[in-house]
Amino acid sequence: MSIRPRSSPVRVAEIVPVTPFVKRFRLAATDASPLPRYSGGAHIVVEMRDGGVVRRNPYSLTSSPLHDGDYEISVQRAEVSRGGSVFMHDRVRVGDTLAVSAPVNLFMLDWRARKHVLVAGGIGITPFLAQMAQLSAEGRPFELHYCIRSPERGAYREALERCFPGHVRFYCASKGERLDVTQLVASQPLGTHLYVCGPTPLIDATLEAARAAGWPGHNLHAEHFAAPPSGTPFDVYLQRAGLRVYVGEHESLLEAIEAAGVEVPYLCRGGACGQCETAVLGCDGRLQHHDHWLTTADRAAGRKIMPCVSRFDGRELVLDL
Amino acid sequence: MLASGIKSRPVYGRLTSNPQARSNIMVADAEGALAVLDMVADAPDGFWARTHILYVPGGSAAQDHGAKLAALAPFSWHESPTVPAMLPRLRALLGAARMGTQLYLAGTEPLIGEGIRVAGEFGVDHAGVRTEHRGSLARRVQCVHCKGITESVTMSIVPCAHCGRHLFVRDHYSRRIGAFQGVMIDAEKPGDRPPAEELYR
Ligand code: FES
Repeated sequence: MSIRPRSSPVRVAEIVPVTPFVKRFRLAATDASPLPRYSGGAHIVVEMRDGGVVRRNPYSLTSSPLHDGDYEISVQRAEVSRGGSVFMHDRVRVGDTLAVSAPVNLFMLDWRARKHVLVAGGIGITPFLAQMAQLSAEGRPFELHYCIRSPERGAYREALERCFPGHVRFYCASKGERLDVTQLVASQPLGTHLYVCGPTPLIDATLEAARAAGWPGHNLHAEHFAAPPSGTPFDVYLQRAGLRVYVGEHESLLEAIEAAGVEVPYLCRGGACGQCETAVLGCDGRLQHHDHWLTTADRAAGRKIMPCVSRFDGRELVLDL
Repeated sequence: MLASGIKSRPVYGRLTSNPQARSNIMVADAEGALAVLDMVADAPDGFWARTHILYVPGGSAAQDHGAKLAALAPFSWHESPTVPAMLPRLRALLGAARMGTQLYLAGTEPLIGEGIRVAGEFGVDHAGVRTEHRGSLARRVQCVHCKGITESVTMSIVPCAHCGRHLFVRDHYSRRIGAFQGVMIDAEKPGDRPPAEELYR
């Protein structure tokens, strides 16, 4: 089964600078029919047409899931951008039309939990904004631990303090404040679920500390905020389409395949959901796996690749597409 | 006529200690005590000193397994006359427990079912609970018609203890209420029912 999020047009209704690096975009339906509802943690894939290039980036919905209405996303201008975030920051204007997918949630709250502990690093705060609106409306116990690099990078800090007093703690690296994850996981009541979103080192350290403290795997939830990495350009041959496709330095394998007119199912475009899994028919070189989906055994076998984030280095790669 | 292949029919494993757990809550009834005692050989150092044990002797009262469990010198130890009498203590332990606490349930199916149901109230997922079935196969059965629970059912067909309907006991299990489902056997033709068989001793 392959799922492909249906895309629909939206109008950019408002653009608000949140920090020097983050802008919030409010996206409204272009007609009277409301946008689909979603739950906290859901993302949409935004399609941008930049001249001849089509870019599709996933962004968490940061608006409150409690009401029908416009979608809000918060976009951080990437330091090394592949184009998407810079396009959103510099080129998109109020009144423009963008296409967005239906919302998909790969980072759901488990409502059976007795308590929810949320750990955010930097722009990894975004899925939690929508989740906290739900948790607080339902009166569920929760706490947010939000790690930021410097005060001017703490997107939504004031709003969080105002809306969820007593539920949020900030750790500002430039002031020498550090979240002690070992201590955090040692003191939680039985039945707590932990959610972490942010840079990979924060995710790894948090999950590792929790596992070492005896937390079962199903109480742990992570969302990686990884854009597809850039890398050396390479060629790929699509067996069924009979096409040879060039993958440039700053585009992903998936983007290059789509640009060649071949459809590949996707949901997350971040190596997490498994939808884009593609069979490797021939590989004279090395697959560079960057996903969080394939098992160690899959990687060792070398028969599968996740084209949304993974690349190739070598002479020839043949895919079953 | 026993329905097979029903996915909700619970599967139990063998009790093994979780070496990562910071503390342990162990609940057993009747011969379940033997499953706990079987763990002694490969329990890690200091295991019992961080373990709470709740025991309901039930049908094994005469064998005094309780004395052997107490001899393990657990962190805390309590014997209750019945499963319902034990549950408030289990709730108190779960309520005070931290993440990193492992729950173990050993013994009859009703004990395991009640333990999993109560653990769920505290947000503990059944998949993380370690279980071992020992002893009686007697079931808790919920009448799907009047919703009453009949305890210690060994027969199918069995009269509902609440409404008196004759129930066929299915393998269909509800984790939420910790009971198998009993369906009226002679709804179409009153009195037309197969002989009761002892299936769950
Ligand atoms: S689209 Fe989700 S793993 Fe590639």
